[in-house]
Amino acid sequence: MSEHVDIDKQVRIYFLVFGALMVGTAATVGAYYLDVSVPVALTIGLFIATVKASLVACFFMHLIDEKKIIYWTLALTVAFFIALMALPLLTSVTDQVGEFAEVEAHEAH
Amino acid sequence: MEIPYTVEAHPETGLNNGKIGIWLFLTSEVMLFGALFATFIMLRIGSDGNWAAMQAEAELNIPLATINTAVLIASSLTMVMAWASLMRGQLGRFKLFGWLTVACGGIFLVIKYFEYTAKFEHHHYPESSTFLAIYFAMTGLHALHVIGGMAWNAYFTGPGSKLFHTNRQWLTDRVEHSGLFWHFVDLVWIFLFPVFYLL
Repeated sequence: MSEHVDIDKQVRIYFLVFGALMVGTAATVGAYYLDVSVPVALTIGLFIATVKASLVACFFMHLIDEKKIIYWTLALTVAFFIALMALPLLTSVTDQVGEFAEVEAHEAH
Repeated sequence: MEIPYTVEAHPETGLNNGKIGIWLFLTSEVMLFGALFATFIMLRIGSDGNWAAMQAEAELNIPLATINTAVLIASSLTMVMAWASLMRGQLGRFKLFGWLTVACGGIFLVIKYFEYTAKFEHHHYPESSTFLAIYFAMTGLHALHVIGGMAWNAYFTGPGSKLFHTNRQWLTDRVEHSGLFWHFVDLVWIFLFPVFYLL
């Protein structure tokens, strides 16, 4: 975080973020009781979690006002993280393609 | 020999070495938990539609987990308030918020203890199902991080706070770094909570 900070302004922001995180938590639990399909519930739940995590990272972890070297380091981490998350999804797609090919071959016989 | 760039910024990075160090450590933590989240996705996709049944059988306690989420979020607030108190030069308030942060970590672990013991009483162990295996692995690893963060914060709030009288900026930076770790622990829980308990 940069050296010259208005600490009183920072503290006000911290309390606002705290309030937003509590509201987000209530919204996450509230969304659980909505009568929606699993994909919709997953989307809502993960969207709220991502917003909450962004608030923590930007304001509590001071990422909103950080040096470039930290941003570049995190950008590299995010790239590897996305690749890591893509692995199980790719495996799933590959499995489905394999099953489809098997069915096609079976029907050809 | 004095350790260089503990307070003043390194000319190459523009940051003190502690700040660079903690961020590099956190990036490795992202990959550690990322690997476990990827495992979670793999297990869920490969469960052939049995995931919801396994989740229901595990009978996770949503109200307790919601309270734990609120406790961790509150601890993140007290953590930044501890740092802000040092920035204002208020040692007493720093100690108050520091110990509150440690206490919140303690409350989180006590609630987690009750959750775990309730599972064990119902003979729900990691080997009972794929869901419980990844649940215990991820929440257990997260709990270890909470313990580590508590020890770190307790040291700076207790004996480590003597540094306030000799090098206040160094203590402020150290608390900011321990805070970064603590917020990361909070951030991981923000995803663990909906993923295991709600979705």
